[in-house]
Amino acid sequence: MNIHEYQAKALLLSYGLPVLKGYICYTPGEVEAAADNLGGGICVVKAQVHAGGRGKGGGVKVAKSPKEAKAHAEKILGMTLVTPQTGAQGKLVRKVYVEAGCEIDREFYVSLLVDRANRCISIIASTEGGMEIEEVAAKHPEKIITVKVDPKSGYQGFHTVKLISGLKLSFELQKDLHKLFSGLYSSFINSDLSLLEINPLVITKQGKFVILDAKVSVDENALFRQPQLKTFMDYDEVDAKDLEASKFGLSYIALDGNIGCMVNGAGLAMATMDIIKAEGGEPANFLDVGGGASKETVTEAFKILLSDSKVKAILVNIFGGIMKCDIIAGGIIAAAKELSLNVPLVVRLQGTNVELGRKMLSESGLKITTADTMDDAARKVVKEVS
Amino acid sequence: MSVLVNKNTKVITQGMTGKAGSFHTKMCKEYGTKMVAGVGPGKSGQEFEGIPLYNSVIEAKEKTGGNVSVIYVPAPFAADAIMEAVDADLDLVICITEGIPVLDMLKVKAYMEGKRTRLIGPNCPGVITPGEAKIGIMPGHIHMPGKIGVVSRSGTLTYEAVFQLTELKLGQSTCIGIGGDPLNGTNFIDCLKMFNEDPDTDGVVMIGEIGGDAEIQAARWVKANMKKPVVGFIAGASAPPGRRMGHAGAIISGGDDTAEAKFKAFEEAGMKFTRSPALLGKVMQEALG
Repeated sequence: MNIHEYQAKALLLSYGLPVLKGYICYTPGEVEAAADNLGGGICVVKAQVHAGGRGKGGGVKVAKSPKEAKAHAEKILGMTLVTPQTGAQGKLVRKVYVEAGCEIDREFYVSLLVDRANRCISIIASTEGGMEIEEVAAKHPEKIITVKVDPKSGYQGFHTVKLISGLKLSFELQKDLHKLFSGLYSSFINSDLSLLEINPLVITKQGKFVILDAKVSVDENALFRQPQLKTFMDYDEVDAKDLEASKFGLSYIALDGNIGCMVNGAGLAMATMDIIKAEGGEPANFLDVGGGASKETVTEAFKILLSDSKVKAILVNIFGGIMKCDIIAGGIIAAAKELSLNVPLVVRLQGTNVELGRKMLSESGLKITTADTMDDAARKVVKEVS
Repeated sequence: MSVLVNKNTKVITQGMTGKAGSFHTKMCKEYGTKMVAGVGPGKSGQEFEGIPLYNSVIEAKEKTGGNVSVIYVPAPFAADAIMEAVDADLDLVICITEGIPVLDMLKVKAYMEGKRTRLIGPNCPGVITPGEAKIGIMPGHIHMPGKIGVVSRSGTLTYEAVFQLTELKLGQSTCIGIGGDPLNGTNFIDCLKMFNEDPDTDGVVMIGEIGGDAEIQAARWVKANMKKPVVGFIAGASAPPGRRMGHAGAIISGGDDTAEAKFKAFEEAGMKFTRSPALLGKVMQEALG
């Protein structure tokens, strides 16, 4: 789960980490008042959407006065912000964060993440702050350093020494840097984060570290023990179909094609998309109904597929293990009748009670094309849309 | 004719009284697996489906001689359950539970260092040696005893592969679901090693996915060590990038976590592979010659 910059900063502040003072605002009037509260001098108005590269799309503006801040807010609030990460459709800006300015001396890139290969938390840092880390990795890989933190030791002083040496910093900063990184590590562990990216981390002309931007992802599986972070969920930032799917324990990802897919299990769902593509078709979505889906979840899955106007045909590929084929067939028949299905439907059932399931489908009176194997099913559904 | 589990394996179920645990314990018992005990704190002396319950894994092990546990405990408590089984010094722990916080798994991995217990999973269908022992949630009837090993990160896609093998009369020695989580107990290489050394396994089907570099490491290992044919498949060639965690993660794992990079690694290792999930059985049959 991603959270907004202003939420990330509130979280980091609760760990005593250096963030600038700021206010979340929903109207230009609020922005003017916030800028005034920040001292009336230089401040920054930042669009709050779940996407990086906001500055490039015109979503981050520096203001010299509360009046200018208000003028920026009038443009940013309500705009559809397009950044390299939003896609062409962009994202509607509903709120802005107004933050105090600071005088930057140097900028760094810092991130913490779960390093699955090394089974530890890794800290990635670079002197090339403000740049996309992918770009730095491509052009100057030598400017990226990685410090691995063993979960058994936790963050220690020697990690700080590695960072100072790697970033070629003065040892005068050792104490401040240690406090900063042990705080970041604590926030990562105690708040169950899966990614904490600070770009840039700056040293001000006054010689202080400041977290200027923060991108935080929280491990969704740990939300049961993070009640505060759970409230940070912003439903405006989530795809409506995605949200509907998650209510029923379905996993849904919208794609650009026109063949709706309903499959049980993530691996089989991906493999089904692959085979559709190999046969020359384009999947409209990834939809995993899970291992323990019922007649009701199958009906809900159909509703989600049919709510997408791009969908011109549907392929159901279910390998009934725990989920019996007759249950699936019952769900398909009920949904097709309830929703007056008007696109071609290809069904491939295999596994437990398959004979019964197929019999139910053929006797239902519905126009359903059945298939025995995955490739047969993919060919048939691609033919329906071509 | 197998690795990891066989007809002598005695299974302790952790989380036997929950919905999934009770259903699958019953199914495994019907398959013929020796389900010897269940664990539930405060439930010692009770029974379920004729299987005695004990307060702890250690008590269950002492009373019944159980040497393998299977875990259906809900995600918030699953890491604790795994560590309890490791503390009881079992041979093998199979964790079916999905959705364990990643930091809990980091703790589990650190705890397991230097211990002899092997972990399979989490977030996996389990392990089956057809005709001998089924431990987990896979449908038993699609399997048949034989000489093909199967190792996979996926659940239903494994059933698909097994189904194709069985249709072609290629029985399976053991099928291992290593799980879809980023941090798991047993990886592809561990399983390939076991199959390589098992005299009754003639070939291996290996099913991977996008993300991480486990398949690339495995392909390198196959090239250097494997004496038997390995048929590979990677799910997710058509998956759009960017719906997973940010790019920083890809950088640290080397960036080569796409299906294409993995198929390429298979090719470089001289492995057989198929880009069609419908042809797994057929390609295995060809590989056996």
